[in-house]
Amino acid sequence: MFKKKSGSTLRRPLRKWGLLFLGPITAAFAIGFIWPFIQGIYLSFCKFTLISDANFNGFNNYMAAFSDESFVHAFWYTALFAIVSLVLINVLAFAVAYILTQGIKGSNLFRTVFFMPNLIGGIVLGYIWSMIFDGILSHFGTSIVLNSTFGFWGLIILMCWQQIGYMMIIYIAGLNAVPEDMIEAAKIDGATKWQTLWKVTIPNVMPSITICTFLSLTNGFKLFDQNLALTGGLPIIMQKGASPIKTTEMLALNIYNTFYGSNTAARGTAQAKAVIFFVLVAGLGLAQLAYTRRKEVQQ
Amino acid sequence: MRRLSKILAFGMAACMAATAFVGCGGSTSSNGSSDSGSSSGKGSVYWLNFKPELDEVAQDLAKMYTEETGVPVKVTTAASGTYSQTLTSEMEKSDAPTLYVIGNAAGVKQWKDYALDLKDTKIANELNTDAYNLYDDSGKLVSIGYCYESYGIIVNPDLVEQAGHKMEDIKNFDTLKTVVEDIHNRADELGFDAFTSCDMDDASSWRFTGHMANLEYYYEEQASGKTWTEAPAELTGDYMPNFKNLYDLCINNSLTDPKDLATGGHAPTKEFCDKKAAFHVQGSWEWGNADTPISKSVPNAVMIPYYCGVEGEEKAGLNCGTENCWAVNSKTSEDNQQATLDFMYWCVTNKEASQKLVDSLGVLPYKNVPASTNPFLKNAEDYTSKGNYVMDWATNYQPNVDEYRKALVSALNAYNSDQSDANWDQVKTAFVDGWATQYQAANG
Repeated sequence: MFKKKSGSTLRRPLRKWGLLFLGPITAAFAIGFIWPFIQGIYLSFCKFTLISDANFNGFNNYMAAFSDESFVHAFWYTALFAIVSLVLINVLAFAVAYILTQGIKGSNLFRTVFFMPNLIGGIVLGYIWSMIFDGILSHFGTSIVLNSTFGFWGLIILMCWQQIGYMMIIYIAGLNAVPEDMIEAAKIDGATKWQTLWKVTIPNVMPSITICTFLSLTNGFKLFDQNLALTGGLPIIMQKGASPIKTTEMLALNIYNTFYGSNTAARGTAQAKAVIFFVLVAGLGLAQLAYTRRKEVQQ
Repeated sequence: MRRLSKILAFGMAACMAATAFVGCGGSTSSNGSSDSGSSSGKGSVYWLNFKPELDEVAQDLAKMYTEETGVPVKVTTAASGTYSQTLTSEMEKSDAPTLYVIGNAAGVKQWKDYALDLKDTKIANELNTDAYNLYDDSGKLVSIGYCYESYGIIVNPDLVEQAGHKMEDIKNFDTLKTVVEDIHNRADELGFDAFTSCDMDDASSWRFTGHMANLEYYYEEQASGKTWTEAPAELTGDYMPNFKNLYDLCINNSLTDPKDLATGGHAPTKEFCDKKAAFHVQGSWEWGNADTPISKSVPNAVMIPYYCGVEGEEKAGLNCGTENCWAVNSKTSEDNQQATLDFMYWCVTNKEASQKLVDSLGVLPYKNVPASTNPFLKNAEDYTSKGNYVMDWATNYQPNVDEYRKALVSALNAYNSDQSDANWDQVKTAFVDGWATQYQAANG
């Protein structure tokens, strides 16, 4: 009786006022996300200098985007980067997390140190690393902006350095949540350390793996400031009669350069590229989530 | 009790709503302040400044004008290299800039619909030349020059003489080369080098991809027999060997090994001010530059033309022109437009204000402004009065300028690290074919 009463006194105002409490966040979400998003899609079908007076332009922007070789190049370059960085970041982050959960001395200090690069902004990091790389490469008479292979691996190193600490924290949380009794049972059953890792630990940290792969995949695709500061897309291959190709330019930087670097007629094209970019990142992210979720186990 | 909780719930919701919109609060209040200006019937001025070097003076002028007339003047300066972005986003706002810069033909094409026709305005009548004005295809006066500048090679005559040469000896590329190479070869003994570092980072590369490139465009323009009024669709590249002459001379006789120029960071103007080098590829604005003014450290510096081995270059003058052209926003209220025109007029007629502008910018092409104190612009005038030709800023026609220059920087980087013919061919491709490509991209 008492229980029922307290439940209803709690529920009734909630039902009544819930919408009001949801109001601010819904409004903020609509203003900050939904409205700009709809406007962005509309603009991708327009020709404009300022977004406040845009003229409808049909599918021309999308045709221009797909026929732009530099965009296609940026797509494949970004895809390659995202895959390589996804694998490296997660393998290394998991390895570091695994080592730091083995009870070694000073592991708290290591956790802090590994996490710290994540606190530095991308642009600053990009410039710092460009100096580091060039400091080394100048001894060999070259530079990070001269060779696209250096540019690619430079960016991978930078991203690993920045992201491993962050992913490590998520993995550590996952590893700590693996039930002790399961590990103990595996031990009693005579499982080797390697078998315990593969058959017990990893299936149990699948939720962490899901979230980390999702984050590093989307981070890889969306990467902008580190790319801008480290190489800015250099070196460039000139082609007669076609748009020059910035060999280390990723999708987000390509969109930005299309929007600001060219004439205003290309702003709509940049907007179309941005919509394509969104569909791509959202699609890939969701597909990856669905795939890794299936591998998760119930404890 | 129930009423109290209702009141509390309302209060909480209101608080949350208020915090959620706190981000928008700033802009509301800034709108408010500008509106208060217009409500008094005077309008207000919002100047989006294009030159970071001018920021301090512009802020001073704003303060002076507000004190004198009560009209609010807001000055925002776009960070170096971000003018296009800043202008785009500021123009979207309800209190958009009323005074901004349209500096070249591409800018006119882009912004002409947002520019007031300045023909027959008070400020336009104050001009003493039409040379720096920009018109659109319908003949509308889109923007008017507020200063002009010159660029070339800045020289420290003391260092040249210390090395046993005379300034009068430098008359063309061959004589320049002799002096430069001699100084570079004896750099250790002399304690200074010939050229400052020719950095290829964003803060410095435009000295070569924008300014020095002008010599190629200019001579090509002259050879074609008619003055460019808009970007040509293609270049011939006939004067690339001359560009190469001067460029090679600079990179191979400077403080920094050409292989180390790609990421820059050597602060070339500071090197010149510290008397580490005798020659510096730069423009007249460096005279009064706020951080490292040449006026303080090398007060007798002079500017000489880009000697590059072209026939008859003994009669060359400096590269004179401007990208500093004021435009008034046609979409702002009439009160604001009037207030802006009044402010511009005041800037070039008020004694103190125009003096400040002259000190910072060099020469203002207006009837009633003080004479320039900038010796580089005096050099430019002297060359002209001696009958030498002025090299106009054909570089202002570079199509899709940022993209075009980026490609050129990339090719120059490769050339700097290995000065082979194959790499120079890449520079030529970026310079000549890159122009055609970007012209197509910009004009379809």
